[in-house]
Amino acid sequence: MLAVIGRQAVGAIAGFGRFGHFLADSARALLDARTWGRVLAQQMRRVGVDSLPISLFIAAFTGIVLALLASYTFTGAVPPYLVGTLVSKTMLMELGPVLTALALAGRVGATMAAELGTMCVTEQVDALETLAYDPFAYLVVPRVIAGTLMFPIIVALVMATGLVTGWLAAITLLPVTTAEFMRGITNFYLPFDWQYGLIKSASFGFVITLIGCFLGLSTRGGAEGVGMATTRTVVYSAAMILVLDAYWAVTLLRHG
Amino acid sequence: MIEFRDLHKAFGPKRVLDGFSLTVNDGETMVIIGYSGTGKSVAIKHVVGLLEPDAGGVAVDGEVVSELDRPRLTALRARIGFVFQFAALFDSMSIYENVAFGLRRRTELSEDDIGARVAEALKLVDLAGTEQRMPAELSGGMRKRVGLARAIAIRPAYMLYDEPTTGLDPVTSAVIDRLMVRTREALGVTSIVITHDMRSAYAVGDRIAMLFQGRVRAVGTVNEIRTSADPVVRGFVEGQADARGTEDATPLSQAEEVAVEGAQG
Repeated sequence: MLAVIGRQAVGAIAGFGRFGHFLADSARALLDARTWGRVLAQQMRRVGVDSLPISLFIAAFTGIVLALLASYTFTGAVPPYLVGTLVSKTMLMELGPVLTALALAGRVGATMAAELGTMCVTEQVDALETLAYDPFAYLVVPRVIAGTLMFPIIVALVMATGLVTGWLAAITLLPVTTAEFMRGITNFYLPFDWQYGLIKSASFGFVITLIGCFLGLSTRGGAEGVGMATTRTVVYSAAMILVLDAYWAVTLLRHG
Repeated sequence: MIEFRDLHKAFGPKRVLDGFSLTVNDGETMVIIGYSGTGKSVAIKHVVGLLEPDAGGVAVDGEVVSELDRPRLTALRARIGFVFQFAALFDSMSIYENVAFGLRRRTELSEDDIGARVAEALKLVDLAGTEQRMPAELSGGMRKRVGLARAIAIRPAYMLYDEPTTGLDPVTSAVIDRLMVRTREALGVTSIVITHDMRSAYAVGDRIAMLFQGRVRAVGTVNEIRTSADPVVRGFVEGQADARGTEDATPLSQAEEVAVEGAQG
């Protein structure tokens, strides 16, 4: 029993050490802009444009559910215009960023882990090195930058979509008018709301792509290793999203 | 000149290289033979700095690879072409992009000149006209030839071949052998070929070294190895089924090979 705990502790420490090296190599590769600059646009398209359909699909239904949930919760207790308040605050500050990040942990993070993992086990990463490319500059940096830049853009569109579908649900399914819905939004609106959501989104994008790249480049042992890297990426990313979500709430909302 | 100087490398408890020393002279083709999993690929990965030695080292033109900083290592790699066992083509790129990839990094050639160099390299490996195809559309032999074209396109001073004929039919293997000889004649490169295919070793090698238990068991010309009296060498080159039993020549188990491959990253 003690031996098992000891091995796991050593393994965890070694893992943190490898991650530290990974971060250092990635930071150093930032200087090689000639390499990562050439593939950044392609990665931004893959992370951003290709993720839009699933993100907007989730946002559309989330907006509808939020409006109905608000109505169900507040009926008879508070004015109906608060449906707009709840939809906007929740879409901008919580569900927009978090639900999108959880969905993209699978679509973006797992894809990166599988892609880089396959490149590892088929010696394509070694081939990059022998052709005088720095794998961190060519593979890691553009993906992490793309994730950090594109997640807030995706989430901004998710927020807008959720607000529109929430409004449509409110005026068609609930006894709420457009004026009441807009009053609910504007009465409690602060510019900080969407800034908070976008800051969170950037941090989610950074962490998801970083985990995907790290576990992808750490892949060993063929197809099974690629599968493990992919699964771990989704699990670790989901956990880190929730941890970061709490971190930003404690840091930015506590005195709000 | 490439010098392996008392090279030691272990993966966990398994000592793969245990005092491996060998000198490859300018212009020659050195073939390294040995049982599967005995560290032949591990040895040549040290030449391009893909692995760090535990002790000893590899020197290329007098520069110790493990002591080079990244810019100097990159400069060294620009002089070395590496042909991987399974070609290691970038499967998201066309054949043209694969062959041009190293040129874009290592040279200041214009796109027209890169195109001409790609066409020349593909012609040298008898694959002219395949530029727009994807790696998945090619056979194993063709992929290896593209890997060879990618390596020679940069006009290296050294070529490292990691089991270039493994898994190929005899005719395709002979084609690859002929290409390796043609590459040497065309570019005058110094080469190291890792193989356990003796027909290929005899066809392309100037000298042959046998790696056994982590170090060189024998080294000599093709004829010297072919007629060696050493029972381990003779058993291997003649493919005697009981040769492994003569001494402890046990190669890595499958699980150990996986561990070694894992540690190589």
